[in-house]
Amino acid sequence: MTEADAIRMLMESSVDEAVVVANGYLSRHAFQCRDLPSTFYMIGSMGLASSIGLGVALAQPERRVVVVDGDGNLLMSLGALAMIGNRCPANLIHIVIDNEVYASTGGQHSISGTVSMPELALAAGYRTALSVWSETEFGNALNNIRKKDGPSFLQTKVRRGTETAPRVHHEPDRIARLFRHAVVRQPR
Amino acid sequence: LTGNDFCQLAFDLGYSFFTGVPDSTLAAVFRILENDPRNLYVVSVREDNAVGLAVGAYLGGKRSLVLMQNSGLGYCLTALTSLACLYRIPLVLVIGWRGADATDAPEHRLMGLALPKLLRAIEIPFWVPNQDEVGSALRAASVRSASEEICCALLIRDGVIQ
Repeated sequence: MTEADAIRMLMESSVDEAVVVANGYLSRHAFQCRDLPSTFYMIGSMGLASSIGLGVALAQPERRVVVVDGDGNLLMSLGALAMIGNRCPANLIHIVIDNEVYASTGGQHSISGTVSMPELALAAGYRTALSVWSETEFGNALNNIRKKDGPSFLQTKVRRGTETAPRVHHEPDRIARLFRHAVVRQPR
Repeated sequence: LTGNDFCQLAFDLGYSFFTGVPDSTLAAVFRILENDPRNLYVVSVREDNAVGLAVGAYLGGKRSLVLMQNSGLGYCLTALTSLACLYRIPLVLVIGWRGADATDAPEHRLMGLALPKLLRAIEIPFWVPNQDEVGSALRAASVRSASEEICCALLIRDGVIQ
């Protein structure tokens, strides 16, 4: 399974979720796979997808929020794990698609191979955390955590794919407006 | 102005999500927020997380306000330029201005001097109210950030909010 495969599985099985996707190829693959107004494509601000997702989850507790992070993104902002564990939102799912490289800058190595991410998440206060290595396991794990109270953490190890994807071509302010409109059940 | 007055005004203006990293200049505000039974204040561990969190809460339908010390502005420049400003999220930033004069501790001197220049460089309008002007400055920042879909900042010097 590559990053693109994992994104496809995730986006195609997503129903009525608010999705926040980290920058780089993750956003680009998600955009190519299924462009929904309820997806927030984070094109800059590396590391902050989980903080943004936490904000959405706290503001909209009835809506399931899925954060799609990369390994480089997660490691850049480990403090966010503690913030999520502290508030413990039941409606938050945090997925890390881990290819052990910084793909969009040319494939430089990350240091995720020496880190036990699920242990970090559990220590920070997540309710569930696990790691999977295959497409079948990833599909099953997605099904399971979607039925449970979060915050849930799911790391999926993938191999770096060769598939490219176009840049997200929506204007950022339009991404924000569409997302807010789609996600807010009763706008203020 | 007291911390309580400041918070009441923010509530009246529709702010219902508060986050940030504590600062002594804003201690009176944090005290009110921490004791508010509605739990509207979420602790952030660093200022870039605070900006991300506030953006998320806005995307979820809230008006959000971020509190920090100016030393934290360095940590969140990228969050402001490539997230909040880029996506036109109307945040109000309340920034405690350490190093506003040369008598403050040495670690605050350089950022204290640079603060207005940094905000101008990233095109964030700001107000520097005295005690009598905090309320009107908050109101002005709130209106302007909403109408222009931009981030606006209040720079709060020591003693301005009691």
